[in-house]
Amino acid sequence: MSYNINEKGYYGEFGGAYIPEMLYPNVEELRQNYLKVMAEPDFKSEFDKLLKDYVGRPSPLYFAKRLSEKYNTKIYLKREDLNHTGAHKINNTIGQILIAKRLGKHRIIAETGAGQHGVATATVCALMGLECIVYMGEIDIERQAPNVARMKMLGATVIPALSGSRTLKDATNEAIRDWINNPVDTHYIIGSVVGPHPYPDMVARFQAIVSEEIQWQLQEHEGTKKPDYVVACVGGGSNAAGAYYHFLEDTDVNLIAVEAAGLGVDSGESAATSVLGKEGIIHGSKTLLMQTTDGQITEPYSISAGLDYPGVGPMHAHLYKSGRAEFISITDDQAMKAGLELCKLEGIIPAIESSHALAIFEQKTFNPNDIVVLSLSGRGDKDLDTYINYFNL
Amino acid sequence: MNRIHQKLKADKKLLSIYFTAGYPNLNDTVSIIQELEQAGTDMIEIGLPFSDPLADGPTIQESSTKALKNGMTTEILFDQLKNIRKSVSIPLIIMGYFNPILQYGVKDFCKRCQEIGIDGLIIPDLPVDVYNENYKHIFESHGLINVFLITPQTSVERIHFIDSISNGFIYMVSSASVTGSQSGFGNEQTNYFKRIGSMNLKNPQIVGFGIKDHETFTQATKYTNGAIIGSEFIKFISDNPVTSISNFTKRIQP
Repeated sequence: MSYNINEKGYYGEFGGAYIPEMLYPNVEELRQNYLKVMAEPDFKSEFDKLLKDYVGRPSPLYFAKRLSEKYNTKIYLKREDLNHTGAHKINNTIGQILIAKRLGKHRIIAETGAGQHGVATATVCALMGLECIVYMGEIDIERQAPNVARMKMLGATVIPALSGSRTLKDATNEAIRDWINNPVDTHYIIGSVVGPHPYPDMVARFQAIVSEEIQWQLQEHEGTKKPDYVVACVGGGSNAAGAYYHFLEDTDVNLIAVEAAGLGVDSGESAATSVLGKEGIIHGSKTLLMQTTDGQITEPYSISAGLDYPGVGPMHAHLYKSGRAEFISITDDQAMKAGLELCKLEGIIPAIESSHALAIFEQKTFNPNDIVVLSLSGRGDKDLDTYINYFNL
Repeated sequence: MNRIHQKLKADKKLLSIYFTAGYPNLNDTVSIIQELEQAGTDMIEIGLPFSDPLADGPTIQESSTKALKNGMTTEILFDQLKNIRKSVSIPLIIMGYFNPILQYGVKDFCKRCQEIGIDGLIIPDLPVDVYNENYKHIFESHGLINVFLITPQTSVERIHFIDSISNGFIYMVSSASVTGSQSGFGNEQTNYFKRIGSMNLKNPQIVGFGIKDHETFTQATKYTNGAIIGSEFIKFISDNPVTSISNFTKRIQP
C-alpha cells in the first residue's frame, strides 16, 4: 500500500477535486503546472535560498534533555517555532508565492483562522510586492487582534467573513468565492494540506523540507536517519504532513497524529475529526469531516485556533483509515499543562497547537531507547493571552 | 420521455426558477412550487440547503442558513414532495451540493427522486469525471438527468466533452462569479452567449447567474433556450407572500 498521493490525486479513497465548474480552470491550471514549476532549477534555487536566508532554515533538531529524562525516552524537538513568522506555515507560503509569480498571478488571496497563515501569506506578499487579501472569520478577527494588526502592517487587506459561523471554514468559503469571481489574475494560497487536488500534495511537498532535515539532522545526532516515532499535531494537517513526508512509506517509523479533543471527545465541544468525523466532502476534498447525519458541516471547538477545523487533509484521512498513523486526542487542559511544562523544563514557550503534541507523553509510554521526534510547529507568543487567562498568570 | 426533454422541445424561451427549500418557512416548499407553475414558470430548481454552499453568493447562502435553522433536512424535503406530482406537471430539478447527497446515499437519493417524480439533478461540486465513473449508471437507471455547468472560462474542448456526456441541457453560468453578484450583462456576456450558441451543441443551453429582470432575461435567452433565476427570486420571496409570485414572473415575462 502507498501512503502518498496517486496520479489521480487521491490518497487511497480520499482526496480528489470536488469543485464547481467555475473553479475548474483555476485548479486545472495549477494541477498542470505545479510539479513542472517545482522541478525547474531556478525555482528550486530561489526556494532553497529564501528558506535559508529569509526563513532561517534549517530549523534545529533539538535534543530535549530534561523532557527526555522526565519521560524516560529520547525526545527531539523539530524547532519550526524558530522560523520567521513563528511557525511552519511560511515554508508553504514561500513555495506558493513563487508558483503564483511563475503563473503570472499578481493578486494573492488566503484564508486564515488564528491568523498564522494569514501573517505568513501577508509576509511573502510584502516580500514579493504582490497584492494580498486575507479572509478571516468575523469572530476570529475579534479574538486574534494582534495577528490582524500584523497583517495590516504587512500591507494586506483583511476582509471579515460574515457568513455561516464566521470562523475558519467560512473564511475558506469566502476565499473560494473570491477565486471564482477572479479566475484569471489571482492565486489562492491555501494554508494547509486541505482543499481540492493538487493543494494537499503541493502543500505537503513544500512542508516536506521538515522531514528532509529531520533525516540528516538525526543522522548527525544518533547515527540513523530513522526515528522510531514522529509526532505532530493535526488540524488540517500541514505540519504533520511535512514531518511525516519522507517517512510515509517506511513503516519502521511510527507516525502519531495528535488531534484536539477540546473539552473532551464526547463533550460536543471538540475538534477530534478522526473520532467524530465521517467520510464526506469539504472544501473540494473527499476526506473525514465533522458533520450532521444530514451532511451539514458542523463547527468544531478547540482552545487552539489552529486546530479547530472540521476536517483533516485527505492524506491524514488515509493514514487514519489504513492504520498507518496512530491518532490520539488531547483535551484543552492536557495541552495547556504540557505547554507550561515545556516552558519550565526546556525554556521554550510552544504554540498551543504544538502543546497538544507535547501532551502525548502523559498518555503514552515510550521505551527508553526510542527516538521520538516531535514537530514543535509554532511558538507561543500569539497564545500569551490564552496562557495568561488559563493559568491566571 | 423525461419532462425536461418534453419542455425543451417547446418553441419558447424557458423561464426556470430556483428557490431554497425550507425558506422563508419550513413548509413553504409545496405552495411555492404550485404558485410558480401557475404563474407560468417552465421549470423549477428546488434547492437542497447546505451549510457551506461554495458557489453561491450571500443571498442564497443566507436563505440556506435560514432553511437549515428552520429544520430542513433531506428527509423532510422528500416527505414534503411525496405527492407533488398530483398537482404539478412541469419539470422539477433538485439542486444541491454533493455532501448531503453522499450522506443520504447516492442510490437511495436517486431512488427517492424517481419515486417522487423528480426529473433531474444539478450538483455543482460533483465533478464530471467522478460522475462518469461512479454515478452515471445510477442516475440513468433512475431516469434522472444530470445537468453540468459551463462558464466563460471553460475551454472549447471541455465544452464538447461536457456536451457529449450531457443528456438534457447545459447550464451556462453567465460570468465568472458566484450567484447573485452580477450587475447586468455587457458585451462580454453577449459574445459568450453568441459563441456557445454557434457551437452546434447537441444539448440546449440554459443561462443562469445574473438574470434578474425582463432585460437580462431577454439578453440571456437571445442565443440560448432559456434562463434560470435564483437570487432575485429569493429576495422577492423574502419580502412578499407566496400568493403574489405571479407578480414576480410578470416582471420577467410581461
